[in-house]
Amino acid sequence: MMEWLQQLVNGVSLGSIYALIALGYTMVYGIIKLINFAHGDVFMLGAFIGFYAAIRWDIGFIPALILAMVICSIIGVIIERVAYKRLRGATRIAALITAIGVSLFIEYTVIFFRGAKPEAYPELLKESYIDLFGASISSKSVLIIAVTIVLMLLLQFIVHKTKIGKAMRAVSHDADAARLMGINVDNTISATFAIGSALAGAAGVIFGVYYTRIDPLMGVLPGLKAFIAAVLGGIGSIPGAAVGGYVLGVVETIVSAVGFSLWRDAAAFVILILILILRPAGIFGKNAREKV
Amino acid sequence: MLKVNNIDVFYGNIHALKGVSLEVNEGEIVTLIGANGAGKSTLLKTLSGLLKPKNGEITYQTKQIGGKQAQMIVKSGISHVPEGRRVFANMSVEENLELGAYLRKDREGIKKDLENVFELFPRLYERRKQQSGTLSGGEQQMLAMGRALMAKPKLLLLDEPSMGLAPLIVKQIFEIIKMVNSQGTTVLLVEQNANMALSIANRAYVIETGKIVLSGTAKELQESEKVKEAYLGGV
Ligand SMILES: Nc1ncnc2c1ncn2[C@@H]1O[C@H](COP(=O)(O)OP(=O)(O)O)[C@@H](O)[C@H]1O
Ligand SMILES: [Mg+2]
Repeated sequence: MMEWLQQLVNGVSLGSIYALIALGYTMVYGIIKLINFAHGDVFMLGAFIGFYAAIRWDIGFIPALILAMVICSIIGVIIERVAYKRLRGATRIAALITAIGVSLFIEYTVIFFRGAKPEAYPELLKESYIDLFGASISSKSVLIIAVTIVLMLLLQFIVHKTKIGKAMRAVSHDADAARLMGINVDNTISATFAIGSALAGAAGVIFGVYYTRIDPLMGVLPGLKAFIAAVLGGIGSIPGAAVGGYVLGVVETIVSAVGFSLWRDAAAFVILILILILRPAGIFGKNAREKV
Repeated sequence: MLKVNNIDVFYGNIHALKGVSLEVNEGEIVTLIGANGAGKSTLLKTLSGLLKPKNGEITYQTKQIGGKQAQMIVKSGISHVPEGRRVFANMSVEENLELGAYLRKDREGIKKDLENVFELFPRLYERRKQQSGTLSGGEQQMLAMGRALMAKPKLLLLDEPSMGLAPLIVKQIFEIIKMVNSQGTTVLLVEQNANMALSIANRAYVIETGKIVLSGTAKELQESEKVKEAYLGGV
């Protein structure tokens, strides 16, 4: 029982990382119908920004997190303006190939400048254990889960209560109708990239703190998993991405916990295949009212 | 107020508007009638900046607006209610109306206009919290019009507001168009329902396959043999 509670907390922590990345995938898909395969690499950049900031300036977890979010949001906007903007109206396959190109470009640019060797993440958070019903829960997990929830509430607030959030929902529903309201569609798309990339950057720092090891190709697998989480939740749906992320994190952790740790990564792909066969629209797809 | 001079608009190599000229004076209701595919929506989309004319001029008040960005055109006082309503189905009625006032900063004025819209369309007030995708066609048309009015336009472009609606609702919508016009908004009304449109308009143009083929006062066109035959079903 205690063992399970502990595993559940681990699963939710992993799920937090997937969920934060999946949110960016789903928001970008919602607004321009592009599967931004470079998104996992923005997550990696976030981890490295946090890493270098922490070792250069000896800053703590929250400042590193915020710095990574700010820089990643700028990088996200640059990626969109430089690579994707000119592809509006191009075929989806052209956009997809471009996204893969951007992904490789980011990965190998980082490798070019600093090599491929992994880094040990600095201890931004003190590890201590909290006793909960006899299970010992890592304080890191608790903080990570809390930070993720705060970020999601913030996102929910932005999307539903602010002007830019309403513009994002309007554009993702009907870009021409949004134009007729006077909404600047290009800026709204940039804002979507900025927010999605900031969340990925936050996930990068959280990943570093939690798993303590980062490398330039670290974004590939979590990026893919987060994409699966977004599809699981119903691509284009914000609550779907969050739920999909948590479900995937918990399932993977359970698969490991029952002794199939070699099958952990396969679990995600089995889920993807099942969802594509059984319910291609995802959990929140089709009858979901919220699209962004 | 609005002067369109000899514009050509293309979709790729489809020549959708061929040398179209038309004029709307302040305070008028002008209607543009024509069959399906004649180019009516294309003209409105060009006026509101969704499409760019290849050549010719569009002068609004004293400004050239041909080919300008949609947000600039909204800002200068032209609102477009698109064909098929295009409400934001994923948002509440209230949120749709708020988006109509997207470029405005005058909170007081927005509040007043919201009250005015609710007065024009009491149904929208009753349903203000409802997801707009669940509204009936007539209610969605009202919402689309209310949303456009929230921008406080001087010129309102309406694209087939009667489309797919029951006659009774159409009558209501046209009453409201008249009321909006009497409150000081100039109206350019695109319709296939020529009868209704001519009954409330001051002047009218007839468009066929991308060209204006007839124009005159609404009365003249109502009496024109050609219009009677082609658009009024022999009424
Ligand atoms: N997006 C488009 N791409 C290509 N052709 C179009 C497009 N929209 C309209 N057309 C063509 O332009 C012409 C005018 O269309 P439209 O302005 O929608 O007519 P109306 O509103 O009078 O029914 C039609 O021949 C139509 O097929
Ligand atoms: Mg039309």
